[in-house]
Amino acid sequence: MLGALPILLLAVLYIVMAASRHAANPADKILPLPGSMAQSMAALIFQPDQLTGQLLFWADTLASLQRLGIGLGISTVMAIVVGLALGALPPVRAALGPLVTGIAVVPPIALLPILFIALGLGETAKVALIVVGIAPVMIRDIAAHVAALPREQIIKAQTLGASSWQVIIRVALPQAMPRLLQAMRLSLGPAWVFLISSEAIASDVGLGYRIFLVRRYLSMDVILPYVAWIAILAIVMDVTLNFLSQRLFPWAHGESH
Amino acid sequence: MSTLLSLRDVWVEYGDRIVIEKLDLDIAAGSFVSIIGPSGAGKSSVLRLILGQEAPTRGTILLDGTPLAPECGPDRGVVFQRYSVFPHLSALRNTILGMECEQAPLTGRLFGAARRAAKDEAATMLTAVGLGDSMHLFPAQMSGGMQQRLAIAQALVKRPRILLLDEPFGALDPGIRADMHTLIRSLWRDYSLTIIMVTHDIREAFTLGTRVLALDKRRHDPHAPHRFGATAIYDLPMRDRTENSLENHTVLPLTE
Repeated sequence: MLGALPILLLAVLYIVMAASRHAANPADKILPLPGSMAQSMAALIFQPDQLTGQLLFWADTLASLQRLGIGLGISTVMAIVVGLALGALPPVRAALGPLVTGIAVVPPIALLPILFIALGLGETAKVALIVVGIAPVMIRDIAAHVAALPREQIIKAQTLGASSWQVIIRVALPQAMPRLLQAMRLSLGPAWVFLISSEAIASDVGLGYRIFLVRRYLSMDVILPYVAWIAILAIVMDVTLNFLSQRLFPWAHGESH
Repeated sequence: MSTLLSLRDVWVEYGDRIVIEKLDLDIAAGSFVSIIGPSGAGKSSVLRLILGQEAPTRGTILLDGTPLAPECGPDRGVVFQRYSVFPHLSALRNTILGMECEQAPLTGRLFGAARRAAKDEAATMLTAVGLGDSMHLFPAQMSGGMQQRLAIAQALVKRPRILLLDEPFGALDPGIRADMHTLIRSLWRDYSLTIIMVTHDIREAFTLGTRVLALDKRRHDPHAPHRFGATAIYDLPMRDRTENSLENHTVLPLTE
């Protein structure tokens, strides 16, 4: 619980600063007090929007999580399939390695205009940005992990009668799985960056869209709770992935004798 | 005893570097061959040749009279100094992996009655190496000695024609090493194994082996040290060890 102390301290500091600004100017918008944040958020959470009839907060959350989930899901499948092939099969590594490296070193945001032009402004381009942004890194991580498996293990599997296919599915794949969950955890940060960027540029719903929309009205009372909500979502995902990894792959978490 | 494995005029060369030269060797079924020699004398190369991990540059290797394909197969089991067991599988599942790969080419997994049969066989083998109580532990939960016992069980369950040991006890402390010596001797006797063991420990080589091979370079050119390879410089048959000679090594107390 020691970790809660700095967070609490920060919150207190914020309230003190906000209160002092409001003492000077009761209409201050830069550092809103918790009361006004709660009021604005209640409107977004509980009252249907007059234009669309949706509960905006939940519609934003759902849209963003959907984009993030599809993007992360596609990247994860690509990472395990391509990563395993790259790591375990030298001919595949020779053929595809440079391409993956090439894509990985391009800043994904620089590709965003290409994606918008090629795929339109809809959901596809946003998901594609997340995939282009995180899949190459995940693929390279899994490939490196698989390629670094001790040679002795592979030889041992072969002396037990395993074919190349069996080595991949019984030796390489299971040992890549915990690494895959770690790669997902590490990719969540960049995935959020790409999600918020694409939503900020062209969208009509989403957490990032809302933040950039209300920025025009200096609505810190919406922006700050939204940022906090994104942080909570990210933490929940991280903790869930870590829990899954510990639960499914106890052998990978140093449970020693 | 009949010849199980023979190497005929075997050379191993990497570019212009000669590692093994003119190695002729006949290994009888049921023998326990220790291979010793200084570092870089090609001990591991010989093991890799027999394992099929690499092919000789010249010469032939015959197993049961047929030339050996340069690939690892289930007729030659191996135990390395480290990394011989799979960290993601429990001891039992490590041991049944060999049977699963043979019987289920596509999935590499067994189900139902076949799985139960494999488990029973694996459990018998684990008990034979002294891991009867640790079948559900992961390798990370085991000591180094237990992991090597597991690696041996894993190899033996495939009933290999030859068991290759690459410094199998090199990373163990002396007490555990002595236990492992007793274990490998009794397994060798009980399962009529043919064992080839590479070791740095000369004492271990002589106490365990029925035959000790010393590899080294016969000739040395100081201007081109890489141009001469190693071969078997000593081939020492030990006295017959079919009896419990380990026990006989104890010093008899003096009687007045």
